[in-house]
Amino acid sequence: MKELLKKLTQACGPSGSEQCIREIIKSELPNYETRTDALGNLIVEKKGPKSKIMFSAHMDEIGIIVTHIDKEGFLRFDFIGGVNPFYLPGERVQFQNGTLGVIGVEKLDKIADLQKSNLYIDIGVESKEEAMKLVKIGDTACFTSPFIDLGNRLVSKAMDNRVACALLIKLMQELPETDNHIVAVFTVQEEVGLRGAKTAAYGIDPDYGLAIDVTATGDTPKAMTMDVSLGKGAAIKVKDNSLLAHPYVKDKLVELAEANNIPYQMEVLEFGGTDAGAIHLNREGVPSGVISVPTRYVHSRSEMVDVRDLDAALALAKAFAKADLK
Amino acid sequence: MFLKELSEARGVSSREHEVRDLIREYITPHVDEVFNDSLGNLYGVKGKDKPGPKVMLAAHMDEVGLMITTIEKNGLLRFQPVGGIDPRVLVSKPVYIGKDKVVGVIGAKAIHLQRPEERTQVLGFDDLYIDIGAVDDDSAKKLVKPGDVATFATSFGEMGDLVVGKAFDDRAGCTALVELTKLEFNCPVYFVFTVQEEVGLRGAGPAAYRVGPDVCLVLEGTTASDVAGTDEEGYSTTVGAGPAVSVMDRSVIAHPKVVGRLFRLAEEHGVPIQNKRTITGGTDAGAISLSREGVPTAPIAVPCRYIHSPVTVMSKSDLEHMIKLVELFVHDIADKGVDFE
Repeated sequence: MKELLKKLTQACGPSGSEQCIREIIKSELPNYETRTDALGNLIVEKKGPKSKIMFSAHMDEIGIIVTHIDKEGFLRFDFIGGVNPFYLPGERVQFQNGTLGVIGVEKLDKIADLQKSNLYIDIGVESKEEAMKLVKIGDTACFTSPFIDLGNRLVSKAMDNRVACALLIKLMQELPETDNHIVAVFTVQEEVGLRGAKTAAYGIDPDYGLAIDVTATGDTPKAMTMDVSLGKGAAIKVKDNSLLAHPYVKDKLVELAEANNIPYQMEVLEFGGTDAGAIHLNREGVPSGVISVPTRYVHSRSEMVDVRDLDAALALAKAFAKADLK
Repeated sequence: MFLKELSEARGVSSREHEVRDLIREYITPHVDEVFNDSLGNLYGVKGKDKPGPKVMLAAHMDEVGLMITTIEKNGLLRFQPVGGIDPRVLVSKPVYIGKDKVVGVIGAKAIHLQRPEERTQVLGFDDLYIDIGAVDDDSAKKLVKPGDVATFATSFGEMGDLVVGKAFDDRAGCTALVELTKLEFNCPVYFVFTVQEEVGLRGAGPAAYRVGPDVCLVLEGTTASDVAGTDEEGYSTTVGAGPAVSVMDRSVIAHPKVVGRLFRLAEEHGVPIQNKRTITGGTDAGAISLSREGVPTAPIAVPCRYIHSPVTVMSKSDLEHMIKLVELFVHDIADKGVDFE
């Protein structure tokens, strides 16, 4: 799991540019026929006569998009997804073609004045012409940071949501015997508004939706109040800003966790959303829920997860995949 | 081209009928089929049974405007914006209200009467009113009802290649689409004129659901800020430098292969093209791209200075180049098909 997670998190896939991630996932699932839809969602299917369950994990991560290249070759940019500008000065970025750059900031009187318009990317060139050989307007980049293994705790950029991609790959590799029709969807463009999940759900028309995604925690110094901690198990979502988890799905997840001795915690998230927000409003409505992986420092380049929570989340996903659903 | 007629026609979101009637008249001789749906979207269809991918071209008919909310005892009208309007552009502007085209002016205290501190304040929607010359509420109510909408009373004008008028967002797109109906293509083409874009891309979703296209271009008027007071990195687009293609905005990440094809065709045929260099705003592409199982979509737009104001400025050659590029794109789709996976 650690090796897979390292490979996935270190790859670069900001929203709309998920192709590298898609290729890695395909290579991990050689025994399945996969298909890619018009928006770029990767769909992997195991047919069955019973309930059709759509599992979803988004491939994309937050990043930046180039909006302007000046005479000296400095790049101006805007954000893709929820990027915090205060994390950025001194950060490093990587473009799809491998070009690297560092983020600089104009002289400011006080740091509180920092806005994205004060930031630029330096790719180590001296002119616009040189820059344009490497980067074009509209090119996207992700932030970079190495994967670190702290024992139980793992840290990298893009744990949101490669951790779920890894879990969904494992689920399909180790899929238990079941009559359920399992559709694993690796979605695009979640970070810009749950877009891929919407069109994928329309095409699949599932009976149940289950997103896997990261969630915040309340277990760090002077953190916001939130009863989710690293290492205490898979989080079963009750609500966020995109979804009130369907009571049947939520209760079924709790029941399965209890029956299989899987550590779990209930998650009430006061902000944010996941693919389940789009899936549950598909067509005539789809009962949906979320298995969340508690994650510290979400949307920073050092997102931290706990391997014990990953094991619990995988066990719970497997239990749901083979559950007898009404 | 019908840019003048379409610019001067009035069509605040949900009251697009005047624009729709004109467009219907213009396109009927050139399309096989014309109809509208329950929301008011207008469709022109050509070559429905031809082989090849189904192409949808969309432009929205509606414009930003004002909705009358209250008629005061003294006969003045209070209003709220429909769509994104900067209240700073409103003071002292003439407007037309309702289907009878009642003339009004947006009033504010004359400079002589303002206290010094008032002169530095921006008047918001709650401070402004429309004066229709009524002496009291009873006489005002004979002319206007709450819920009536007002548009800017702007006449179209030419300044060389540049033109000035209201509502080039998106009558530029509508004009282009009308011109494109005159051409012949070897694939099915759906020309869709949508409603209620300015209040949240509302017409386009149901239209795309109905058409079920294989690929879509959204023809727009977009922001240009190539003027004094803006640093070059904030221009967004440049007037006269060709149609602008968005890679990403708040509503959509344009399909990379659609964008790639537009740039390739522009280069091969020597048609000017530019990137939109900010990611603000949204277009019907947001709703269309997420219809059903997803539609490869990109927005292409004529740069417009002072957009969403009574005096938008754009370039006729940008409009002509947009028409040319969309024509090339549809021929290319008909010849080479879609390859968007």
